[in-house]
Amino acid sequence: MPTAAALLQFDAVGVRLDGGQVLLVDVTAEAVAGSITVVAGPSGAGKSTLLRLGNRLEVPTSGRILFEGVDTATMDPCELRRRVGMVFQQPVLFAGTVSDNLRVADPAASDGRLVTVLEQVGLPPEFLERTADDLSGGEGQRVCIARALLTEPRVLLMDEPTSALDPTSRRAIEDLALDLAERGLAIMWVSHDHDQAERLGDQLVVMRDGRRVGTDEALAYLRDDLSGDDLSGDDQ
Amino acid sequence: MNSTHIGWAGLVGSFALIVIAIALSSWQRLHLSRSIAWASARAAVQLLLVGWALRLVLDPHASVAWAWIWVAVMVVFAGLTLRQRVPEVPGILWLGTLAMLTVIVVSLAVIFGFGVFPIEGRTIVPLAGMMIGNSMTSCVLVGRRIVAEFSEKRDEIEARLALGHRWSDAARPYTRNALRTALVPQIETTKAVGLVFLPGAMTGLVLAGVDALDAVTIQLALMYLILGSVATSVSVIGLGLTRQLFTSDHRLRRLDRSAS
Repeated sequence: MPTAAALLQFDAVGVRLDGGQVLLVDVTAEAVAGSITVVAGPSGAGKSTLLRLGNRLEVPTSGRILFEGVDTATMDPCELRRRVGMVFQQPVLFAGTVSDNLRVADPAASDGRLVTVLEQVGLPPEFLERTADDLSGGEGQRVCIARALLTEPRVLLMDEPTSALDPTSRRAIEDLALDLAERGLAIMWVSHDHDQAERLGDQLVVMRDGRRVGTDEALAYLRDDLSGDDLSGDDQ
Repeated sequence: MNSTHIGWAGLVGSFALIVIAIALSSWQRLHLSRSIAWASARAAVQLLLVGWALRLVLDPHASVAWAWIWVAVMVVFAGLTLRQRVPEVPGILWLGTLAMLTVIVVSLAVIFGFGVFPIEGRTIVPLAGMMIGNSMTSCVLVGRRIVAEFSEKRDEIEARLALGHRWSDAARPYTRNALRTALVPQIETTKAVGLVFLPGAMTGLVLAGVDALDAVTIQLALMYLILGSVATSVSVIGLGLTRQLFTSDHRLRRLDRSAS
């Protein structure tokens, strides 16, 4: 049963492509306000697909997704996406300055508002005039998070946001996620790093072959008793 | 022999240049001799057939309806040719046909509406042919460019969608780039006309003994007609294709660039 504070609920969702390929089967999960739900599992387990369903970049072929109790299939997708933000694995930066990039999310935002979101992600105001091409991977990802925050989302979907970053930047982004969750945001964070899952996860969803595995298996994964390779085993 | 009638002897004489081209290909071992010979023979057969049919359509006593039927066939063939040339563009058959139809309706409405040329078989068919022919290359270009742009920039477009942009807003910078790429060559051609080259219609008129200034005014009208046609067809293909690449709930469809 979903908890009362669950903002985003995946209710037995499945995804089957036109060609018959099955990406997800009966997955139930939720993102809870003020906490981080880590979606873990090996490559190809369906983690990113699950996340993309959250702000309707993909749609389920079975089951349903609820945002604040409302079936997202009945909502305006653009409005939903502004309430359920998304940060991708590789920082996606557009040509121009950091300020230009932030204004893609909100063209009418004042400079003061841009400075506020930059500070939220730990970047100084001078960054507004920096060219996006000149940013490091970690800085770029922070700008992407700041851009997502400009739409004032209640849920933030983060698809392996640290996989392309060095250890220092990785920890900085993790701290930022913990801070955002503390301020009430519901975060879903995809990872295939066991330690990271343990550090961040208030809830853990472990996936294998498009399915969510049971509690025992998930705990074993967290204890590192099950490696990603084990999880990707062809026992089905 | 006058300048508008070169006769069979003149045609055979001009074939000497094809012989030179074949000789050059053989000398440089380009392995293009057969292609050159085939292209020239095919052009001769096609044009002679067209000429024979045109004689019937352009006969002053023939109904103008025949000219419109000719144009309709050209529009359909343009769509089919586009599908053959850019199979990777989804829906190009109907989009191309729609683009050509729009070009014909808009451009001929302007040309005939303002009385630039009279509505006759001898004006309808060549004008429509010129518009469709010149629009084809730009349509191929814009179709390819949009498919490439949307495949290469998929991450950026999805990032915009994820921020709550509607499909039209998310696609705009990329569609705009593709439209510019497709239109620039025709704009450059229009700028260079008269300085770098003399266009075919004007050359034909001058060869036929028409006064040079009269030839220039006709050519200018044609250049404007072509530029307008290219802009119209490129816009129809570009905007139509862009719309087709998104679902009604603002998701970017998967693109198979090798699709047929």
